[in-house]
Amino acid sequence: MSFLEDTLIILISQTIFFVGGWIFFVKQLFRDYEVHHTLVQLIFSVTFALSCTMFELIIFEIIGYLESSSRYFHWNMGLYFLLFMVIALIPFYIAYFCISNVRFVSKNMIRPLTLFVWFIYLYFFWKIGDPFPILSPKQGIFSIEQGVSRIGVIGVTVMALLSGFGAVNYPYTSMAIFIRPVTQSDVLSIEKKLLQTMDMILVKKKRIALAENNSLGRNQYMLDQSNVKNKGFWTNILSSVGSIANPLGQGSENINQLRQEISSLEELSRQLFLEAHDARTMREKIEWSRTFQGKYFNFLGYFFSLYCIWKIFISTINIVFDRVGKKDPVTRGLELAVLRLGVDIDVGFWSQHVSFLLVGCIVLTSIRGLLLTLTKFFYKISSSKSSNIIVLILAQIMGMYFCSSVLLMRMNMPPEYRIIITQVLGDLQFNFYHRWFDVIFLVSALTSIFTLYLAHKQPSVN
Amino acid sequence: MAAIEKVKVVVLGDSGVGKTSLTYLIAHNKPLLSPGWTVGCSVEVKLHRYKEGTQAQNTFFVELWDVGGSNNHRNTRNVFYQPTHGIILVHDLTNRKSQINLQKWLSEILNQDSTNPNYQHVDVDPEQFLGSTQIPILVIGTKYDLAEEKQRKNQYRRLASSIAEQCGADEIFVNCYQARSLAPGTTNSVKLTRFFDKVIERRYYSRAGSFADKRRPAPHALASPAAGARPPQYLSPRFYHMD
Repeated sequence: MSFLEDTLIILISQTIFFVGGWIFFVKQLFRDYEVHHTLVQLIFSVTFALSCTMFELIIFEIIGYLESSSRYFHWNMGLYFLLFMVIALIPFYIAYFCISNVRFVSKNMIRPLTLFVWFIYLYFFWKIGDPFPILSPKQGIFSIEQGVSRIGVIGVTVMALLSGFGAVNYPYTSMAIFIRPVTQSDVLSIEKKLLQTMDMILVKKKRIALAENNSLGRNQYMLDQSNVKNKGFWTNILSSVGSIANPLGQGSENINQLRQEISSLEELSRQLFLEAHDARTMREKIEWSRTFQGKYFNFLGYFFSLYCIWKIFISTINIVFDRVGKKDPVTRGLELAVLRLGVDIDVGFWSQHVSFLLVGCIVLTSIRGLLLTLTKFFYKISSSKSSNIIVLILAQIMGMYFCSSVLLMRMNMPPEYRIIITQVLGDLQFNFYHRWFDVIFLVSALTSIFTLYLAHKQPSVN
Repeated sequence: MAAIEKVKVVVLGDSGVGKTSLTYLIAHNKPLLSPGWTVGCSVEVKLHRYKEGTQAQNTFFVELWDVGGSNNHRNTRNVFYQPTHGIILVHDLTNRKSQINLQKWLSEILNQDSTNPNYQHVDVDPEQFLGSTQIPILVIGTKYDLAEEKQRKNQYRRLASSIAEQCGADEIFVNCYQARSLAPGTTNSVKLTRFFDKVIERRYYSRAGSFADKRRPAPHALASPAAGARPPQYLSPRFYHMD
């Protein structure tokens, strides 16, 4: 009986997550577009619901809410579904939408071509597992471990890239010392240059329009004149040939040269516009940093940058000295508290609650952070043609991200709660994933530092 | 010799609705084959014959400023808005949201004096604003061929937009890939000509205030139709750029 109750609770929470994902899709992501394929919306919401269920089950594990057997069952089921979506369904539809966007493919060819591309993708997906020491070879083909191991590699890579970039980018954008000083007069002078360039473009385009209009009028006039005066046949032909050979006549506008000048001016206007945009954004940031909210974020930025430096340092140490943390931070923190500070607490009791809080915070911030990043990303690169494809790609990334978060979260929990993850995910080499995360995190952070350094010192357009 | 004056018409709309194709079609009567993403603003000019065929005929330059519609560049776009003599609002007939967003575009261009960088759209009553500024507006729906296809597939959709009714503006539907959408003599082209005439009239002929009676000849015609040896359409390029 209690199994049915538990299932009911899980289903209700899944429905809530599904509705949440649907609303997010409609209100945030697809704010400016009309939904033509409800399938895309459905896929996105289902992926979101499944991912949130997995997090929910971890939290239930820690606080010991439901029967452990029903938890185990739902874990398995949720993971199977999520893997099916991420490995099979979403890539199929991504291929389908990509191919239907290509113009020269006829309607009948779309489905077979999609299947073909899908099989190629599955082959390469399988091959990813080979160079990595992630599995012991005694598992079957359709087992969860095979799927999770490969998803884990991709997902951990994505996570580490995003974390590395985010760790470096956040202090850069929120701290005041990185803001270049831009005055209002700088902004105005760039805008004035931009408007002058637009005026020059307009002048040249008007000359072309007049020249074309004149040549039309001249031809017409010539033909009218010759008709009125009734010249001979050959004189007519010769005069019209003459007017074609010298179409510009008195204006002597060289249209080709004007067109070239116009295209270079247009390129210049685009660059000036982007520069004006940068300058304006910088001004807004300066204004914002003077407000109370800005100062608060600036303050937080200092702490966060310290944390990022520490994290980079620790990753380097982990890689160099080839060690993987065995103890989760909660137990370690509590033990430190007991030993060094002599605080008399029951480690067993408190570790449960503290790890619940910690894991809960991590889950919430990572969901929120991911959704915000996805939304920003979506606004930047989507258009009315590619919006469907991009939403599917985002759903794919979300599924992989949450799946591998679960993998990595194992590290943050005390050993007694790691059991269920270990049970469900079986025999994966978890240490490998932590190492892989550290490597990619380090690479991503260093690359971001380098890129931001270059971007910070950009030369201005003359 | 004629001095050719100019009016400026700003073309607004969401990203991807087809503003660049549309301005090219209006200016050159040919479709634009592969438009790129508009960064900033692209301009086209059209030589427009005001009140063609009547006694007050004159020639003007209509500058079409096609402002890029991506959300990122919202804070820098308003440098292109001053001065505006006419507004063309463009929406995509296959995407209902682009039409709903026209309200935001209208309030963005009509609320110029806000200095708040995080300015979000305010509910503007277009009639009230237009009553005070009286900038002529034209609403154009693009991708007409795709929308018709959808209508044939039994999806009921009302093509006309509500904002045209609200502002008392004309509305036309075009397919920017076909030059005959705006061919001379079609209803579309008549409405477009009427819009440009209204813009020019508002700018140059109603400076004395009150209502310009369309039946009266214009108070100061800048040139009389040329006669004699010179062909009627010859215009010297030297005086074309005046403000």
